[in-house]
Amino acid sequence: MQVNETFTPTIVAFCCNWCSYAGADLSGTNRLQYPANVKIIRIPCSCRLNPMFILRAFQRGADGVILCGCHPGDCHYTTGNYYARRRMTLLFSLLDFLGIERERTRVEWVSAAEGAKFAATMNDFTETITRLGPNRRLEDLRCKEV
Amino acid sequence: MQRSVIETAASLLETGVCTRVLGWKTGEFFYDVTPAVFTSAEEVRKDMVFTPFCGANLSKYLIAESRKEGKIAVFLKPCDTFSFVQLQKEHRICRENVYAVGVQCPGMSDPDALKALGLKGLTGCVQEGDTLRVDTLYGEKAVPLADALSLRCRGCKSKRLHDCDAIIGTQGKDLQTSRFAQVEALEAMTAEERFAFWRKELSKCIRCNACRNVCPACSCETCVFDNPDSGVQNKAAASSFEENLFHIIRAFHVAGRCTDCGECTRVCPQHIPLHLLNRKLIKDMNTLYGVYQAGADFETKPPMLAFTLEDPEASIITQGRNGQ
Repeated sequence: MQVNETFTPTIVAFCCNWCSYAGADLSGTNRLQYPANVKIIRIPCSCRLNPMFILRAFQRGADGVILCGCHPGDCHYTTGNYYARRRMTLLFSLLDFLGIERERTRVEWVSAAEGAKFAATMNDFTETITRLGPNRRLEDLRCKEV
Repeated sequence: MQRSVIETAASLLETGVCTRVLGWKTGEFFYDVTPAVFTSAEEVRKDMVFTPFCGANLSKYLIAESRKEGKIAVFLKPCDTFSFVQLQKEHRICRENVYAVGVQCPGMSDPDALKALGLKGLTGCVQEGDTLRVDTLYGEKAVPLADALSLRCRGCKSKRLHDCDAIIGTQGKDLQTSRFAQVEALEAMTAEERFAFWRKELSKCIRCNACRNVCPACSCETCVFDNPDSGVQNKAAASSFEENLFHIIRAFHVAGRCTDCGECTRVCPQHIPLHLLNRKLIKDMNTLYGVYQAGADFETKPPMLAFTLEDPEASIITQGRNGQ
């Protein structure tokens, strides 16, 4: 059995191509540290994130999923992140209603100039997930490594 | 009521207003009412019924039926007319091929509710005002209608008939009922209790897909759950994840389009209160983005296809309940 001291969570970060992915890049070139267990997946816009992707990430072993996009008003496609904001609010509320830990999912707006914010967000989110422990309520045992 | 429904249907066919009638007929038992298409007045007089068990929402059948040749008459209860309008809003129904007859509805009964009241050997049932006179093998019993209503009809949102060419009975009004009471009760629980509640309910799911097939909002030609490459088994009891995924995604896909007709709960063979998921989403959208009722009109924009600059951030969901 895993004990909390040795638990290293798997975190999937969906980053929008135009702001947050560039922000992640900037935090790298600035040599800022963020946990290596954050797996970044680049998406064209935060509103590309299908709710299915989030659940699928949990199925395949993620312990936390975070969506990073451009700040409201800064979307490359003008309005994408506004739609994403409504969708994610509703999805997270439904997850909460089903008793699945709402803290495992998060939305954060990170611009291309905010390398430091990206690193800080990832550190904070990893800390939250480590405290929550492994994902149990949305896990798919068939997809877990034995 | 039954007589005027049948006579209206027969005369519509006889006068040539329509060539087909979409209504209800009984199946094996009198409470097994199924949707049916009638093509002649004789058929209508022989088989058509309108009983307290005509729960089926006929609007979804119009997607296919309104594209066939000739006009079709359809009988719609108030909550069905919401779906009818919503489907037109999504350009799924050819309105010019439909003659819509609104039927006022006292609330539909559920055979399981009658059985839960201890009635056995049901042989017939007539509704008179607020009571239901039930014939059983062991004699006649009178049951208050409120006790026999199906889950979704307790907390009816509206008796108003929308966009009908003719109306049987009287035009009704929107009702102020506590349809969100059960959702609020669940929200008041702790996350552990909610998880236990939904685990207990959703683990009953046999993945028969009845909720999806009957749902007027779930009318995609190809469903995301029919994809054999989807990476999930789409089978019953494969894993608790499957049930969560199916019901979360299904509820989410109809968010903002669900008219809260409650068909999902009515058809569920496992009696899962699926309408609670939809009502939760409706309640959230009402509080976060302004009151919206899908299918109430042709003009208003659904909340999931709109936004404002001042929308709350997703973190609003966890705020305010940090004390838990």
